[in-house]
Amino acid sequence: MKNLEDLKKQIKDGLSELDVVIGWADSFDPLHATPHFMRSEADVDKLKVDALCVHNLATYLPSLKGKKVGIVVKGCDSRSVVELLQENLIKREDVTIFGFGCEGVVDQVKIRRAVGDAGMVESCEVSGTEVKLTVAGKEHKLPMADVIADKCQTCRYPNAVLSDSFVGEEIKPTASFEEGYKDLEEFEAKSTEEKFAFWLGEMDRCIRCYACRNACPMCVCRDHCVAQSRDPHWLSQEAHVRDKWMFQVIHAYHLTGRCTECGECQRACPVDIPILLFKKKFNKEIKEVFNYEAGLDPEATPPLQTFKIDEPTIKEKEW
Amino acid sequence: MPVLEGKELRIVGFLCNWCSYGGADTAGVGRFTQPTDLRIIKVPCSGRIDPLFIVKTLMSGADGVLVSGCHPNDCHYAEGNFYARRRLEMLKRFIPMLGIDPERFDYTWVSASEGQRWQEVVTKFTEQIHKLGPARKIEGPEAEATLKLMEESL
Repeated sequence: MKNLEDLKKQIKDGLSELDVVIGWADSFDPLHATPHFMRSEADVDKLKVDALCVHNLATYLPSLKGKKVGIVVKGCDSRSVVELLQENLIKREDVTIFGFGCEGVVDQVKIRRAVGDAGMVESCEVSGTEVKLTVAGKEHKLPMADVIADKCQTCRYPNAVLSDSFVGEEIKPTASFEEGYKDLEEFEAKSTEEKFAFWLGEMDRCIRCYACRNACPMCVCRDHCVAQSRDPHWLSQEAHVRDKWMFQVIHAYHLTGRCTECGECQRACPVDIPILLFKKKFNKEIKEVFNYEAGLDPEATPPLQTFKIDEPTIKEKEW
Repeated sequence: MPVLEGKELRIVGFLCNWCSYGGADTAGVGRFTQPTDLRIIKVPCSGRIDPLFIVKTLMSGADGVLVSGCHPNDCHYAEGNFYARRRLEMLKRFIPMLGIDPERFDYTWVSASEGQRWQEVVTKFTEQIHKLGPARKIEGPEAEATLKLMEESL
């Protein structure tokens, strides 16, 4: 990131009034970044912002309620912050948002596919157009276009939609709403039977680790999640595909009109199940029926929390 | 029951206490002929129905799910069915994603006096489900065979 020093300066300036600022830093190997909690100026010096900073840090905000928290956000992350504000899960005066224009993040799965099982990564350089990797003495040059996350290819909100200080220049989004849902349309073109068999196979691979839930910034029930509740007993503890599939539908439905499509669920999935498709489907329908997108306006009322007496956009079945 | 063995499908109906359950009762008192595939679960209000009840029902092996509440503007709790309408419409549009035929789920409004309408709704919905036949199962030999095929194709 070009303006990293500016960002660091702004964080240092604000640090005295904040308990903690969340950003990213180097991780166990050069190919990964990790969430980074900054409490001192020395911590701020370790901050890094580049295409490896995939995590949506808004996930940490509800658990830090009551503290003065600063947060560095990409465009998509900022929508999650807005959604949390809208739902009164965090307070505006407690959060300081450091926004910037994001040029997209990498998809580690795509890198893994290109490089093979990476193992020990010796070095990694990320520029705007290329990811240069050295793995086991061998150098790989991957064009950014090949390893960028799918959600970034069709990003409509690269700039933080809400911020207290914005670093660098705003980036112009290029994609349209429809372009973002091409993958969904391709999937929907399959027959009912194919779809059923597809999910049966995909969900069978799920290991019920709940990483998708834990990475989701809008999954805020935490210890009270219905997946683990015995009363009501929505899901059994069996490892049956029925329960795993049901859990994913629960996750998706609980996000109807709330999901900001940050893609953390799918990124966190250790077995790469394309669970974002479920959430995209709901988002597309919410847009079509209620002309609403989550995470843009902290003052908006989400569509399922309100109603119209005559719903002009809902066509009911006539018997 | 044995007469109908194998001919009946399993349809679950979620009916609100104040209108549709009464409507079904009216149909019964009026001795209107109805198909017997439907099993009714009474709920306080259509607004009480978590759309996930319906998903859970379908995934647990039901062949169809029918939801019925008071007509809009007539809700006993004033606005329960307005919220329900939005939730159920979202679910109706989502269901094809799962590889479940959207025709297997419908929602409608029947008041306590509309015995005739209830008969019509149940008859048509049951016909609709019979046309589709038994639902694909997540459990059992059929699902296991599909899974095996999927594994082999990997």
